[in-house]
Amino acid sequence: MNLQNRYPFYFVLPALTLYIVFFIIPNLSGIGLSFTDWNSYRSEINFTGLANFEKIFSQNEAYLNYFSNTLVFTISTSVLKLVLGLALALMLNQGVKRFVHLYRTMVYLPAVLPTLVVALIFRSILNPATGLLNTFLRSIGADALAKPWLVDPSIALWSVIGVDTWKGVGYIMVILLAGLQTIPREYYEAAEVDGANAWSRLRHITLPLLTPAVVVVTVLNILYGLRVFDIIYALTNGGPGYATEVLATGIFRAFSQGLYGLGTAITSIQFVILIVAGYLVIRLMQREPVRA
Amino acid sequence: MKPNLLQRGSAHLVAIVVSLIMVIPVYLILTNAFKSSAEASSMSAQLPTTLHWENFSTVIERGRLGTSFLNSMLYSSGSTIMATLFAAMAAHVLSRNPTRLNRFLYFFLIMGIALPINFFTLTRIMQITQLINTKAGMIILYSAIQIPFSVFLIYGFIDSVPRELDEAAIIDGCGPIQLFFRIILPLLTPVLVTAGILNFLGVWNDFILPLYFLNNSTHWPMTLAVYNFFGQYQQNWNLVSADILLTILPVIVIYLVGQRFILSGLSSGAVKG
Repeated sequence: MNLQNRYPFYFVLPALTLYIVFFIIPNLSGIGLSFTDWNSYRSEINFTGLANFEKIFSQNEAYLNYFSNTLVFTISTSVLKLVLGLALALMLNQGVKRFVHLYRTMVYLPAVLPTLVVALIFRSILNPATGLLNTFLRSIGADALAKPWLVDPSIALWSVIGVDTWKGVGYIMVILLAGLQTIPREYYEAAEVDGANAWSRLRHITLPLLTPAVVVVTVLNILYGLRVFDIIYALTNGGPGYATEVLATGIFRAFSQGLYGLGTAITSIQFVILIVAGYLVIRLMQREPVRA
Repeated sequence: MKPNLLQRGSAHLVAIVVSLIMVIPVYLILTNAFKSSAEASSMSAQLPTTLHWENFSTVIERGRLGTSFLNSMLYSSGSTIMATLFAAMAAHVLSRNPTRLNRFLYFFLIMGIALPINFFTLTRIMQITQLINTKAGMIILYSAIQIPFSVFLIYGFIDSVPRELDEAAIIDGCGPIQLFFRIILPLLTPVLVTAGILNFLGVWNDFILPLYFLNNSTHWPMTLAVYNFFGQYQQNWNLVSADILLTILPVIVIYLVGQRFILSGLSSGAVKG
């Protein structure tokens, strides 16, 4: 039996069909429809060229906010989750011998909860008047820090970033911790014998050998940030104003308003951004692995 | 590098503080779910004075948690079983028979991990296939969405099943279907369980798809039901907490029981890169 018969192509068909019909075709046809005035009010669809894109990139509309907010959100959460996740992983790996599993279980817990639920809980916690956070801050005398977290346009996005980091850092920590645990102890011991201090051990042993895990983590963070929806929608619904509106929530807004051509155009831009980002990071992933 | 006692003590301290920060919101929900409406209005961390168990029955009835629980269960298990099976079949062939076409198809499928969903055209397709606003439609849609990641996970694992087994099975007279279902699939169990749990949780916790595609409230899964309940009962944080608690209870149970698979699956997938 040759390979073709032993591993017949039809095995691939169910997965491929689902994927193409419900994923690829919508995305590709969506690109075409970005150049139309498709909406829910009229049944005929007219070609309008770059009209939608002109609207999206014009200064008079709010659409550019979607991009800037998404960018700020993505970069901030990626950096925060990476740095905090790494710090926690290092601490659990090197500082804490017993109870590692217990800590890991507790720190990862938020990651398995529905994002929607996390957002609802934090709506209460971040309530300016009665929320747990401000109550706590006032009780330790830090009244000035008790801000209107989700209501003040200048800090709303950062509050959302904070909540998302809270939820996501455990997930990142688990991946980095696993990466740390693959680094053989002998390397550290040899370095110590050679007189290296903790900082240089980190720089020259840990970080280089952790690169694959860091790359994976960064990819995951970026892909998440560019498509984030649940946490924004349930915490602030894009508000106040458009202060926290990101691509995915903006798309939903266009959907609700029946502006299908416009919404598809935003989605297509998101599609291109994701392909470029995905491709770039995969190129990074294929760099020469570190030889110890 | 043995940390001294002070270093270890402070590391433990930090770990405890961080763990508490992670757990406090859940603790908040737990305590407030038992309070009376007045007590819970400030959502404080104090313990309830009496345990109002009736909050739960109120919430199950008014929040239609019974129906939404069954819906969540249906969407999660249905789609996970279908997607994991299809992904395993595809990964098996694509990995064992690495022709140029098959290698292209693998990357084609993996690309889906990064791609967004175009809700507008997808809605149109759901309308054309008459799947919009149906439970079957949700199951099929969720399956499609799980395929890229599942193929990725399983493909990475399949190489650990020796090809000699395939040879032996063929010599014994196995056809391709028997080969896959009798020999390969059982050996894939660890990665299937990991993929299954991760996908199950992903669908269970999903909010955006039902938001776009399910207008009929009897089809709503728990996430949409709890959001709707919150909208209605915003003033009654005790009821909202009870609703949230019941919504996350299955997730926490699955997490505690299956965490070995979740955490090990994440780790091995990530470390191998």
